[in-house]
Amino acid sequence: MTAYIIRRLAVAVPTLLILVILSFILMYAAPGGPFNSERPLPPQVLANLEAKYGLDQPFWKRIATYVWSVTTQFDFGPSFKFKDRSVNDIIAQGFPVTLTYGFWSFIVAVVVGVSLGAAAAIRQNSWLDYLAVGISVGAQVLPNFVLGPILIIVFTLWLGILPGGGWNGGQWQYLVMPVIALSTSYMASIARITRSSMLEVLNTNFIRTARAKGLSPARVIWKHALKPTMLPVISYLGPAFVGMITGSVVVDLIFSTGGIGQFFVNSAFSRDYSVIMGITILVGSLTILFNLVVDILYAWIDPKIRY
Amino acid sequence: MFPDKATVESLEDAAHMAEVQGRSLWGDARERFFRNRAAVVSLVILICIAAFGFFGEFVAQWERDFVDFSLMGANATQGVPSFETGHYFGTDASGRDLFARVVQGTRISLMVGIVGAMVAVIVGTLYGATAGYFGGRIDGIMMRTVDVLMSIPFMFVLILMLVIFGRSLFMLFLGIGLISWLDMARIARGQTLTIKNKEFVEVAFATGVHPLKIILRHIVPNLLGIVIVYATLLVPSMIIFESFISFLGLGVQEPNTSLGALISEGNKNIGNGTPWQLAFPLGFFVVTIFAFFFVGDGLRDALDPKDR
Repeated sequence: MTAYIIRRLAVAVPTLLILVILSFILMYAAPGGPFNSERPLPPQVLANLEAKYGLDQPFWKRIATYVWSVTTQFDFGPSFKFKDRSVNDIIAQGFPVTLTYGFWSFIVAVVVGVSLGAAAAIRQNSWLDYLAVGISVGAQVLPNFVLGPILIIVFTLWLGILPGGGWNGGQWQYLVMPVIALSTSYMASIARITRSSMLEVLNTNFIRTARAKGLSPARVIWKHALKPTMLPVISYLGPAFVGMITGSVVVDLIFSTGGIGQFFVNSAFSRDYSVIMGITILVGSLTILFNLVVDILYAWIDPKIRY
Repeated sequence: MFPDKATVESLEDAAHMAEVQGRSLWGDARERFFRNRAAVVSLVILICIAAFGFFGEFVAQWERDFVDFSLMGANATQGVPSFETGHYFGTDASGRDLFARVVQGTRISLMVGIVGAMVAVIVGTLYGATAGYFGGRIDGIMMRTVDVLMSIPFMFVLILMLVIFGRSLFMLFLGIGLISWLDMARIARGQTLTIKNKEFVEVAFATGVHPLKIILRHIVPNLLGIVIVYATLLVPSMIIFESFISFLGLGVQEPNTSLGALISEGNKNIGNGTPWQLAFPLGFFVVTIFAFFFVGDGLRDALDPKDR
């Protein structure tokens, strides 16, 4: 097991380095500098500015400094547009918000998805089953950027029971719609995967044995069927995580929650390269870390996996 | 897609002969597909939507970039969808005909989806087949690369690219193409692993056929079934992907538009009393995605040998 974790780490670290270097090269290749504006700056001022941000250094030195400060000190450098704030300040402001509703969305997607899928499989071909299948097919064509506006129309404009946006320190009323918008399509996928996996497991010999020896149905499900059912679900959690983190950009935009997604899009429009890079690297490392956790979890839960 | 007259006649002839006739894989698949009613209906809907996207301009009464200044700001009252004014779908906030815009948006969204799927098919299949056929260390390196690329959140990298190299349709195609082939490569590799142990590959190898020729001539054609299925399922996810980027305002640029950009615009104007600005693009989007999913499912049932 330890050897397996070390081997997985040996892949994760280079992946992260590739991500950092790739985004740096992309930024380096960008035409025009960050201080190009309609009114050209006097050359002395430009030289001073470039010296302050280290832009007068040769390429290899800049990339080495950047990679070094990112990997060892988690310092993403200063923002090119906000003179008084660093990229770290911006992340510190937006990331807790994203983390809060992201965390709840993930919980909702997994808990509701697994229960719905399992219930549908246990009561196959009942109204519950049809309901679950209907929901998961419907949610497939409602990606978050479609669902978000619909939620606002229904809950804010028609019913007037939920605020249409904002964050307000994370009060629950402000959390409901972002969580629904972000989690629904993944909830549906998880329900679908759980259902088909559970159906398969319920037809295996060891479940028949468990039933034949007189275990209660609840015990058969909880004790014997649930664990093997979860395997495909767990391997879906990695892509779901990537999807949610990407979807948070849209949620931030629709509901003005003020998470990192909002800063990301704003920086994309104002060409604030260092912020874009910083957020890309942060999100990338989170994804890689999460995939690592999922892989280890998978290896731990499935006795058939060889490390 | 539909059997032409010659095949219908030959089928009738065959029935009269009352002889046992060999059934090809594709004939079998076609029969199974046409028995699936949801898939056939979806296929017809898709053909209609494609026709709408490519020929709808001849029906539109207005040029898509003609700005009706008299409607600007008053489109909640005067830009209402109606047959009398010729604005079948109403007008948008700048007084442009929404029908013509939706036609163009549908066309661009379909194109993005199909190009993305095509890149996936060509690059992914060749890559996966090569990795699977050679196996061993080459396979290890090639598939590890795919794993590494897969764990990068590409949406962010793509947005970074769009910002740096400017937003254009070409960059969008390139970015989407960069991402789409990864899954396909994995699927193609898995299939190749089983195919490469078949006798006909062995014979080809024994008679000294060049490895690349074996891949192109003997392995890729046998991958086609599963590749077609996944390509059909990939098109809607590419459309969703593009719409996502356009929704952020980073995708297709004015005066061009896509369904995602139109949905985003409709969303912004939701408080102005112009619900048709959201409803029409959203409707086309949802129906297109639905139809693609059902056709893909139908094809999977028809072509996937697992469910025989």
